[in-house]
Amino acid sequence: MTEAATAIRAPDIQAPEMMAWDSRRRRVVTLYVPLACFVIILLFPFYWMAITSFKPNAELYNYREYNPFLIRSPTLDHIRHLLFNTAYPKWLWTTMLVAISATILSLFASVLAAYAIQRLRFRGSQYVGLAIYLAYLVPPSVLFIPLATMVFQLGLFDTPFALILTYPTFLVPFCTWLLIGYFKSIPYELEECALIDGATRLQILRRITLPLAVPGLISAGIFSFTLSWNEFIYALAFIQSSESKTVPVAILTELVSGDVYQWGALMAGALLGSLPVAIFYSFFVDYYVSSLTGAVKE
Amino acid sequence: MPSSAASAIPWTRKRAEPGWLARLFDSKAFLIVACLTPAIGLLTVFLTYPLGLGIWLAFTDTTIGRPGVWVGLENFVWLAEDPVFWSAVFYSIFYTLVATVGKFALGLWLALLLNNHLPFKNLLRAIILLPWIVPTVLSAIAFWWIYDPQFSVISYLLVDVLGLRSNYINFLGEPWPARWSLVAANIWRGIPFVAICLLAGLQTISPSLYEAALLDGATPWQRFRRITVPLIMPILAIVMTFSIIFTFTDFQLVYAITRGGPVNSTHLMATLAFQRGIPGGQLGEGAAIAVAMIPFLIFATLFSYFALARRKWQQGETND
Repeated sequence: MTEAATAIRAPDIQAPEMMAWDSRRRRVVTLYVPLACFVIILLFPFYWMAITSFKPNAELYNYREYNPFLIRSPTLDHIRHLLFNTAYPKWLWTTMLVAISATILSLFASVLAAYAIQRLRFRGSQYVGLAIYLAYLVPPSVLFIPLATMVFQLGLFDTPFALILTYPTFLVPFCTWLLIGYFKSIPYELEECALIDGATRLQILRRITLPLAVPGLISAGIFSFTLSWNEFIYALAFIQSSESKTVPVAILTELVSGDVYQWGALMAGALLGSLPVAIFYSFFVDYYVSSLTGAVKE
Repeated sequence: MPSSAASAIPWTRKRAEPGWLARLFDSKAFLIVACLTPAIGLLTVFLTYPLGLGIWLAFTDTTIGRPGVWVGLENFVWLAEDPVFWSAVFYSIFYTLVATVGKFALGLWLALLLNNHLPFKNLLRAIILLPWIVPTVLSAIAFWWIYDPQFSVISYLLVDVLGLRSNYINFLGEPWPARWSLVAANIWRGIPFVAICLLAGLQTISPSLYEAALLDGATPWQRFRRITVPLIMPILAIVMTFSIIFTFTDFQLVYAITRGGPVNSTHLMATLAFQRGIPGGQLGEGAAIAVAMIPFLIFATLFSYFALARRKWQQGETND
């Protein structure tokens, strides 16, 4: 790093900084205040979502008499309406089914592909890796029209299989790339020892590489689950009947009817739809962070 | 080779001759093919083929329920005279540029803040990533409600609490306020991703560099400009490529909040392609709009590839 090395030159002949960056008041102004602003702005929509879904309609549409940031008399009406008067539980179930199936399918394909690319090195393996990386850069917005015609011709239109089979197009490249990084961190010597002891390649994959790559598998799995749960454009284009929609699509197309928006129910739907992912996320924060940053660094 | 090492060791126990199936699975060539088939197969059928099909569709007049015939460049000629298409192109570029600048300026600032010694650092990091984890459409609906013309909480704050304005802002009812509102929502959603990725980059910088610079009397700006920026440049370039590609082809946020309105002023190319292609039924025309995004994506991908190559070179790695 020549630039960084040359950066440490030309000492200004000045009084030393007296560790001013450690003084408390300055730290509060330059660090805690901006940080607090960031946290408030980043979290405010969730607070707003939550508070709206528990407000009775009278408070919801009257800012003169009720402070909009607080709830006077919380109610579960919106959530009850959502759970019992709409197909919301069915949508949740469909989304769960699609997300889990797509995740399992993509993990299976990506583990094998990553193992082949990283461990069974062969001529051109790096080009296969590069091709899979490039596949990640093809966004769903370019693909959904031709995929819609394909899905229709294959007779999958309006079935969950349309989504289970198309979600791997963005999950497989991501997971493969992530797992290549994990496999890279497992020492070769372990596999060589196993080969000397007479293990077959499949035994090595099953008994040695996979157990050591479990953190990577968890990262890839939770990430795929979240991405499938969040997917919107394919689910919007390939599913038509009300009861087999996924949560994000259903909230937007089924709960919004006419010109009068049921904001309470909409927000309750958004809140309930976010909760599974948020709970899942809270258990695996570190895996999320490592896979997010790992995938970028690889 | 490990196999020759195995035969060189005299006390290796002789094992039973494996069956043909076991031998097949031990052959490297077969294993490579078997391992790559699921991934490559899925990607070829559902990614490469549709990509080609989409380009072909762009040159046909296919509609829903009727296979089209080749019409050459007619779709593109037609689009070139369509003011709605050009407005979508303009807004896609505007949206990408402004949102990317905003996301990276604020994201870098947040990353620098998080790179200090802080109490509850892990909790803070977890909270900050939340907007990125929650389904975009669902947070977009929350923004839709925040931007409501009558009950917007932002207007309430500005008018009734702070008294800065006299009337409520019509966020989504007029073209320019709607455009800026969507950009703001996109920046909100993008900050966490940028901040956490850049934070990972910042944490790899050795503190001794800063100590050395401090001893040499470098000002904070000099330390930032001469140490931080060059060292996070490679990761910044990659994160930016991803961010640009996914902002340019964004669909969910705009579709959920405005659906392209008012009067088509907030259509991105992706939402316009959807509107013409699926509800409108003009698959050929929709595909043409989607294909028109590809040159831009190729440009961004090349940028990413060369950024990657440069980084490898910096680290002194030679292969893969």
